Amino acid sequence: MYAFSYHQPKTVRQAASLLAKNEDGKILAGGQTLLPTMKQRLAAPPALIDLGKVEGLSGIELKGRSLVIGATTKHVQVATSEIVKQAIPGLAEMAGMIGDPAVRNRGTIGGSVANNDPAADYPAACLALGATIITNTRKIPAEQFFTGLFETALEPGEVIVKISFPIVSKAAYAKFRNPASRYAMVGVFVAKRGSDIRVAVTGAGSNGVFRATALEEALKKRFSPKSLEGVSVSADGLNGDIHASPEYRAHLIGVMAKRAVTAAIGK
Amino acid sequence: MTHSNDPRGASRRDFFKISASAAAVAPVVASTALHAQPEQKPDPFAPVEVDLVVNGQRRRMALDARTTLLDALRRHAGLTGAKKGCDHGQCGACTVHVGGKRTLSCLTLAVMVREPVTTIEGLAATDGALHPMQQAFIDHDAFQCGYCTPGQIMSAVACVKEGHAGSADEIREYMSGNLCRCAAYPHIVTAIQQAKTQMEG
Repeated sequence: MYAFSYHQPKTVRQAASLLAKNEDGKILAGGQTLLPTMKQRLAAPPALIDLGKVEGLSGIELKGRSLVIGATTKHVQVATSEIVKQAIPGLAEMAGMIGDPAVRNRGTIGGSVANNDPAADYPAACLALGATIITNTRKIPAEQFFTGLFETALEPGEVIVKISFPIVSKAAYAKFRNPASRYAMVGVFVAKRGSDIRVAVTGAGSNGVFRATALEEALKKRFSPKSLEGVSVSADGLNGDIHASPEYRAHLIGVMAKRAVTAAIGK
Repeated sequence: MTHSNDPRGASRRDFFKISASAAAVAPVVASTALHAQPEQKPDPFAPVEVDLVVNGQRRRMALDARTTLLDALRRHAGLTGAKKGCDHGQCGACTVHVGGKRTLSCLTLAVMVREPVTTIEGLAATDGALHPMQQAFIDHDAFQCGYCTPGQIMSAVACVKEGHAGSADEIREYMSGNLCRCAAYPHIVTAIQQAKTQMEG
């Protein structure tokens, strides 16, 4: 790991100003991805801005018809929160599938969303649920937030403060995980709010999370796993690596989508 | 805690005074850190103040900001129970409890830690009686080479306390972050089941 200057701001404003002042500086939340990446020297930020002392960034609350989760809320908190379990049980289950228990004890929702790993789980939940990413300066719809591999719409000096999820009638996540890393080889988050049905896929796209519109159209006719039978997903633009070929991932998208719809109906 | 006054309110001079007298302090205090001008860019090599409570004992150190909790424990506090396996958060050999929650000490900077730390050295009772989980690992031969064992035991204690030791399958899922390359997994599961009844009984 290369040396960095370490900063402990007490407010979001201070954090944003430090981030703006330190070019290529990085926000440190749980550190479960950033620190191993720095150890491998895949990242060498000259400054780390630790959010650990910033108050008011962690927490879960209902606001009207939305579930609002603070940026430094840990995965274990989302997975075990009674509020989340009641409002969007599929989101709590998804959080409980991230990594392993030790990673869930420190990893944060804001970190996961800001990192936008192409195999991370939260980006799929944000996109399917139509979440809004709220920063220190603006509100960004998930649709515009995830812009590519490890790329987001965040500007320099912009800090995620919270994420707002509209409460939907049905939602579930199905994940075919790599047995070693627990990252999604394919993860499908399905959400239904009235006639608005969204299917978001992570782990498969070579450009990161995306919506499977063909599956969405099929589910609009009837929200049932049967509607997905015979609907094929193209392997174009999907990842191929030592774990799975693009064709296998395309097949898994259909299978995981059916499982997610079945689970969503059962909730 | 061994001191009653809050260290975080102490002056920098006080901190280094105490640091210099503590047994577990690394000699890394650079003079630039003490005389740095406020306008200067922060020196990334200047030591940062690390204030830990480990197994009920206060440990104050001045460390390179890059120091992980694992290295702070092993190299600077002399607690070598937590093991360095992969150093990338994949094997779980470095698992300790931070604020009662199992944490990968290799993926946590020492300077980030604000809650009390418990390591394998702090698990047994003060009279030396082993924790039920430690005894269960011995009773069931739940290890071969033993390198992963401190991490396994710390994770196993948390697994039971979290309420995730209801069945063998549940134990396997919630112990998935701790690898054992000797593959003592079946005995580890049996040991956790035994310790669970004692911990809950």
